Amino acid sequence: MAAEKIEILDQEGVSRAITRIAHEILEKNKGVENLVIVGIRTGGAYLATQLQKKISEIEGKVVPIGSIDITMYRDDFGSRSDLSVGQTDIRFSLSDRKVILVDDVLFTGRTIRAAMDALTDLGRPKNIQLAILVDRGHRELPIRPDYIGRNLPTARNERIDVDFDEQHAPQAVHLIRV
Amino acid sequence: MTFNHKHIIGIKDLTAEELTFILDTSISFKEINRRDIKKVPTLRGKTIINLFFEASTRTRTSFEIAGKRLSADTINISASGSSVVKGETLEDTAKNIQAMNPDAIVMRHHASGASDYLAKRLDCAVINAGDGMHEHPSQALLDAFTIREHKGKIEGLTVAIIGDITHSRVVRSNIYCLTKLGAKVRVAGPGTMLPPGIDKLGCEAYTNIDDAIKGSDVVMMLRIQRERQGAPLIPSVREYSRFFGLTHQRLKLAKENVIVMHPGPINRGVELPTSIADGPQNVILDQVENGVAVRMALLYLACGGEKLQD
Repeated sequence: MAAEKIEILDQEGVSRAITRIAHEILEKNKGVENLVIVGIRTGGAYLATQLQKKISEIEGKVVPIGSIDITMYRDDFGSRSDLSVGQTDIRFSLSDRKVILVDDVLFTGRTIRAAMDALTDLGRPKNIQLAILVDRGHRELPIRPDYIGRNLPTARNERIDVDFDEQHAPQAVHLIRV
Repeated sequence: MTFNHKHIIGIKDLTAEELTFILDTSISFKEINRRDIKKVPTLRGKTIINLFFEASTRTRTSFEIAGKRLSADTINISASGSSVVKGETLEDTAKNIQAMNPDAIVMRHHASGASDYLAKRLDCAVINAGDGMHEHPSQALLDAFTIREHKGKIEGLTVAIIGDITHSRVVRSNIYCLTKLGAKVRVAGPGTMLPPGIDKLGCEAYTNIDDAIKGSDVVMMLRIQRERQGAPLIPSVREYSRFFGLTHQRLKLAKENVIVMHPGPINRGVELPTSIADGPQNVILDQVENGVAVRMALLYLACGGEKLQD
């Protein structure tokens, strides 16, 4: 049977979700002071760029942005066949900063656990807040996002795809049902 | 990408694609070495044994630091303080170590082929840290990494390697590595240190250093390995230095933006004068820094993931 592909968010839907998250971040943190954005490679890093743009449109200030690769912090190291490692690129100190950690899809929470370990190896942030485009449930660790674009109950064997164009701008979110 | 080699014995066994993958992986590990907290949990719970039957400072320290920064437990064994001096065979030593369940053994041995011999008899990963006159893969990879970092590429470059070509495992690994990645390799040394047929490995052989250096992008000087020579191959160190040592005048024959490399340890005043060893073209300490990153990548790739073959 062919896989069924259902559109969850179109380009405008993604954009609206990011706009709302930007407002929520600014509201909760009362502006951009001490704020930094860190995206998890690769999808989260692309979304982090969008979020940074949106925040600077609203607030008129540019928030520092970085990206983090979590391969070296994964807990399934021995069972993976793909051994590619990406690069972490954070050119500012994390000490006493409020870090907005961005990822595209929140699933088991294991990626976020790895990302938090990676971040704390780079410094001691004042706090870490989690922004997610799609929360699909099935958590295996006690992790809860602070900002959610879309809550989407899924079955375990389904998949969520976030599509980006060549400029890494988000195009759509699809649910793939096999 | 997948990486299906459990053992890293020689560059000869690796494809250009795999070599590039190792170099790319090393970039990610280099960043860790410049952090305040120079440690990632990737190899937590793994045990790596550095089994060195030959003296080494740089390579052993580099592998040890690489393992520790990946959170592996690293243990050093050197031949002088071990059961080897009591007459134990290599295989027995290795089997005893294996009984303690390490995940990888990094070995340096004076006999060519020793790492391969071990790899065929042990279950854990074996990484060759230099075997006799055969190969020294991690050195060639850190050299390639350093060249790529400075020149932005390897393909199309001309690399001149000067010194004792016969006894050098660094040369052999470098010839394989650089030619696979598309560079042109020239080797030069006294006739007694230039093995016949070396050009069959894909390099050009010269007995005149000036011809080898002319138009080169990279000049790599080797140490005269006095400890490896039975009968003397050169009349005197001074004469060697005069004919095969690098000078400012000779360096002018190379390309203007030439870089000077040396695998260490340097014999100052023999293959290189101090003014070049510390001069603006030298990248010798970059090689050492990159060595840690490249060895982290090798340990990571050898210890990690499901292996489909080998």
